[in-house]
Amino acid sequence: MTTTGLVLAGSCTAGSGCGFPAPGTASFDYQPVFTVLGFGVTKPALLLVSGTVLIAVAMLAAFARPRLVPTGWQNVMERYYDFIRKDIAADVIGREGIRYAPYLATVFAFVFVMNFFEIVPGAQFPVTSRIAYPAMLAALTWLIYNAIGVRRHGLLGYLRGIMFPPGLPWWIYIILAPIELFSTIIVRPFTLAVRLFANMFAGHLLLLVFTLGTTYLLVPRIQALFAVVSFGMTFVLTAFELLIQLLQAFIFTLLTASYISGALAEEH
Amino acid sequence: MITLAAETNPLVPPLGELVIGLICFLGLFAVLAKFAFPNINRTLAERTDKIEGGLERAAQAQAEAGELLEQYRAQLSEARLEAARLREEGREQGSAIIAELREQALHEARRITAAAQAQLDAEREQAIATLRAEVGDLSLRLAERIVGESVTDEARQSRIIDRFLDELEVERL
Repeated sequence: MTTTGLVLAGSCTAGSGCGFPAPGTASFDYQPVFTVLGFGVTKPALLLVSGTVLIAVAMLAAFARPRLVPTGWQNVMERYYDFIRKDIAADVIGREGIRYAPYLATVFAFVFVMNFFEIVPGAQFPVTSRIAYPAMLAALTWLIYNAIGVRRHGLLGYLRGIMFPPGLPWWIYIILAPIELFSTIIVRPFTLAVRLFANMFAGHLLLLVFTLGTTYLLVPRIQALFAVVSFGMTFVLTAFELLIQLLQAFIFTLLTASYISGALAEEH
Repeated sequence: MITLAAETNPLVPPLGELVIGLICFLGLFAVLAKFAFPNINRTLAERTDKIEGGLERAAQAQAEAGELLEQYRAQLSEARLEAARLREEGREQGSAIIAELREQALHEARRITAAAQAQLDAEREQAIATLRAEVGDLSLRLAERIVGESVTDEARQSRIIDRFLDELEVERL
């Protein structure tokens, strides 16, 4: 461990003793832990299933047999559900948005819990940093808001609403119509998925850099001082990541609500 | 064997993960949409209804109370007015009765006075008549006595008269 920084990142992994084990895309690939019906079950998949079960248990414990006068856990979950209903569904979509609150509440909880695994000791991996999960959620959001738009306005009415926002001079539409169509139908799901994925991917990399840095620098030399700094940074970044997890869950839910609202609106 | 994480390009979603992700999310949503959200929505609506209903009922009760108070006030002032009217009427009736009674009493007094006067007159007439007869009789008897005795002696005369009168008195008694 005397040569440092000479080996290219990616060709060296933690514990191989070839210089600083820089985390890379390989840090997101897991070998199957065990195999069920021909499917290799990896750590992210295990976290996904346990997170799903956790959400279901938490929600059912509070809402399966709700009391008129809430107590304990129901109070906590009601506060959460009320936030989704009032501050997201009702505020962004309007009164008719309240019927989409269950979906939005599920999305927020799902995204947040899958993000939260990033800082849970033992798990320490954000499930949403696997692109498949944000992509799956974004695809569902895309299906939902387009379906709502088409059902509300008809296919042509919906497309006209997207491409021709009223109150502009005619020649603007030559530029605007294709841009709006492209942005609403094609770009939205990608940005939605990639925003969440990239945030959690980068967050996990950051935490890896400083945790691996701490162990790497922890040698009986003067560099051990940097190990202390690196350890401190891990703490700071863990708190920061918690903020990012909440923020990304909120943004994902808010944008879903916003897209639904846009699809419902009479004039885009 | 399809592994859930075999890709090295982090931007390409593996099919296996897409499938299990969809199953997990949709399964979660299905369970919650069936067993959690309808219940809590119903409870929230019920609670809102209870609270709003309670407020509405309170407002209604207050309005009713206010109305009742207004009614009572109106009735009270009406009753006061009625009482005052009755008092006034009573006073008027009372004074009328007093005046009437006074009139009657006056009348009665006059009648009694007149009757007494008439009786007095009649008694006086009677007395005069009686006296007249008695005086004639007495004068006759006195004259007889005087004539029977000597009429010269002044003192005797006066004694005779006195005795006569005494006798009369004795007779009377």
